[in-house]
Amino acid sequence: MRVLMFGWEFPPHISGGLGTACYGLVKGMVHHDQEVIFVVPKLWGDEEPLADFVNASDVTIDYREKKFKSIWKNLTYLEVSSFLVPYLGPEEYQKFTDYAIHDRADVDESIFTNKYQFSGKYGKNLMEEVSRYALTAAQIARDRKDFDIIHAHDWLSFPAGIAAKEISGKKLVAHVHATEYDRSGESVNPPVFEIEKAGMEAADHVVAVSQLTKNIIVNRYGIPAEKVSVLHNAVLDASIIKSKYEKKVPEKIVTFLGRITFQKGPEYFVEAAKKVMDRDDNVRFVMAGSGDLLNRMIDRVAELRMGHKFHFTGFLKGDDVDHMYAISDVYVMPSVSEPFGIAPLEAVRHNTPTIISKQSGVAEVLQNAIKIDFWDVDAMADAMFALLHYQGISKMFKELGSEELKNLKWEHVAAKLVKIYEKTLAQ
Amino acid sequence: MRTICFYFQVHQPYRLKPYRFFDIGDDHYYWDDFLNRSVMRRVAQKCYLPMNALLLDLIERHKGAFKVTFSFSGTFMDQMEAYAPDVLESFQRLVATGQVEVLSETYGHSLASLKSKEEFSRMVDQHRDKIKQLFNGYTPKVFRNTELIYSDKIGEMVHDMGYTGVLTEGAKHVLGWKSPNFVYQNSIRPELKVLLKNFRLSDDIAFRFSNKTWSDYPLTVDKFISWVNAIPKSEPVLNLFMDYETFGEHQWKETGIFDFMRALPEAVLSKTDFGFSTPSEVLGQVDAISPIHVPIPISWADEERDLTAWLGNDLQDEAFDRLYELEKTVRQLDDPDLIRDWNYLQTSDHFYYMCTKFFSDGDIHSYFSPYDTPYDAFINYMNVLSDFVLRIKEKKKEVESVE
Repeated sequence: MRVLMFGWEFPPHISGGLGTACYGLVKGMVHHDQEVIFVVPKLWGDEEPLADFVNASDVTIDYREKKFKSIWKNLTYLEVSSFLVPYLGPEEYQKFTDYAIHDRADVDESIFTNKYQFSGKYGKNLMEEVSRYALTAAQIARDRKDFDIIHAHDWLSFPAGIAAKEISGKKLVAHVHATEYDRSGESVNPPVFEIEKAGMEAADHVVAVSQLTKNIIVNRYGIPAEKVSVLHNAVLDASIIKSKYEKKVPEKIVTFLGRITFQKGPEYFVEAAKKVMDRDDNVRFVMAGSGDLLNRMIDRVAELRMGHKFHFTGFLKGDDVDHMYAISDVYVMPSVSEPFGIAPLEAVRHNTPTIISKQSGVAEVLQNAIKIDFWDVDAMADAMFALLHYQGISKMFKELGSEELKNLKWEHVAAKLVKIYEKTLAQ
Repeated sequence: MRTICFYFQVHQPYRLKPYRFFDIGDDHYYWDDFLNRSVMRRVAQKCYLPMNALLLDLIERHKGAFKVTFSFSGTFMDQMEAYAPDVLESFQRLVATGQVEVLSETYGHSLASLKSKEEFSRMVDQHRDKIKQLFNGYTPKVFRNTELIYSDKIGEMVHDMGYTGVLTEGAKHVLGWKSPNFVYQNSIRPELKVLLKNFRLSDDIAFRFSNKTWSDYPLTVDKFISWVNAIPKSEPVLNLFMDYETFGEHQWKETGIFDFMRALPEAVLSKTDFGFSTPSEVLGQVDAISPIHVPIPISWADEERDLTAWLGNDLQDEAFDRLYELEKTVRQLDDPDLIRDWNYLQTSDHFYYMCTKFFSDGDIHSYFSPYDTPYDAFINYMNVLSDFVLRIKEKKKEVESVE
């Protein structure tokens, strides 16, 4: 089978988890001798040659094509009505509004420059890039007729998937790695929600990274349950990491590692830490990462008078992440809403026992971890205390967790995906 | 004759280097040598060396009629020895003229007076020894606390340590209708005389000198003299207290601050009935007019003239309390390396960096802070403190195993 896949990023140039998941999936597909045409807004040239890569920035658009204009017309509302970046300077705002006042539907053909240079990032031109990407997708779908099915990853490439489907008439699979409800709680960004919904509705089948995500898709987006399949993520490498780092402090370390934002539930970690610290002097807590709730967390930690045993590292990258996992005795992911959440699996690879919230997709596949409700700080504190003090349970997690990882392979995921393709094509 | 008392605070903190969580238990050196050295060298070139030369010239020219007073924090003296021996030499030359008084304070420029009498007096003793060592056996007789922090209780401790006078802020909320231009006495120990800063005239020089939006800009010597002459005849002392870094660092050379200071003494001596004295002389010559009641500590910082620049928000209180938990153990262990870091960690500046009063005095705070935000300051300090705690525990174990 040959799949025309639309993504937004691909390793090594990634800024989110989406690129890693795409990489794993493509690798799994290759394992099963499936061909993938993988389109990204911007290619850097150092990607592993697993797929037939298409750099959207290199695609020349033939703007005389009538169908493209209708696609473009449908997309322009995205650009003019949305301000994804909440804090624009006065000059930038002026630029944006000037742009918006202009009636985009009447723009003559000169607007359709032959090529468009995508940044492939998540910047303030995101909406513009998303719609340009769709136009490029239409062109690619017209040029390359040699594919059987279209597969689009997350809302950023949903318009691209829809456009490709419109041009080619081929079936579309929409893959949901995260929804706007995960990212923003109840205060969803309407244009993003609209694109997500349109993508799922236009798709012939929807793939969700967890049952949790499927529930959101069904309940919040009104997609029929039988149209949605669950396809859990996997790990690229299930081997246990032997780290060169050693802990330099005598105390045990309990770690939170992730963005310090609403979605990740950092405040519950802080409250649970306080409960543990009251009972146990021999422990340090680390909150690694950065985000809009960081300062509030620091304030709370100072207010609870535990700054001497609760540390903030700021944003960690590369080797420091490995270092942090390696010296941790317990890893906690108290996410309020996590479509999947690959980080606990990384912790398992470092032989670190983990506590994960039931509101995470990974809880559906990882058995050897303590699962708690994110809001239940008493249960979280109990779990921390247990893993710190009762060797039996942490030892068991270490042994069985690594066994479990071996079953979480992208090959298995890809095999399931092929079945989903076949079913969709047979409809 | 009435008298002007010029007093300059000379202080530099030991700033912490960026100290990460991963360093805890591993790296026991906390100080940013490069930053501390470069600040010291910069201020030496812009302020200490040229201003010392100017003062020496004025003292020699006026043959005993012009005097000034300094306080040197221990952290400043240590850095001066390490990074600026030329500055040390020029201060020594000034003190040797006999027209310069040097005050006592805490070695670490600390807030210990608010927390512990034992630690406070240990730090004062250590500071006195250092002054003796650097300035040819000089023994200070008058006290000034970190950032002029003072209360009745602090005054009592200062008196019990053998001092006859103390300097503090002429805070509006303490003075009310009273004038700072008298000598007052401590309300618990009346033997201790209290000199109050005239904050209007002091801050005209220290803060407003180059402020172009100030209605009295530019400040000329003649203008300043007219204000000095406007002081009622019954008021005997004018206390002009300020940071020494005012000259050349806070107010750049280009503002004319050096020229102002060069011309001021002569104008005062010829056009007013004021002379110049040091605090000890004032205490000897002028009787106290009444007790001054300061039940709650005051300072010379910010608009509030209270302690909120260093203490009060959760970040500051947490750091402060965690630090002073260690007090007794550190003194018991009496290890030179630990005492050194203990002194430097107590420096008030670390808590100043954690201040969140952004909207009124925040710009001053951020000017003096090596950190982007108070939160960064807190994180870094707590990481260092965590390592310090581990070292104390280790040392304690070591000592106990020997016994």
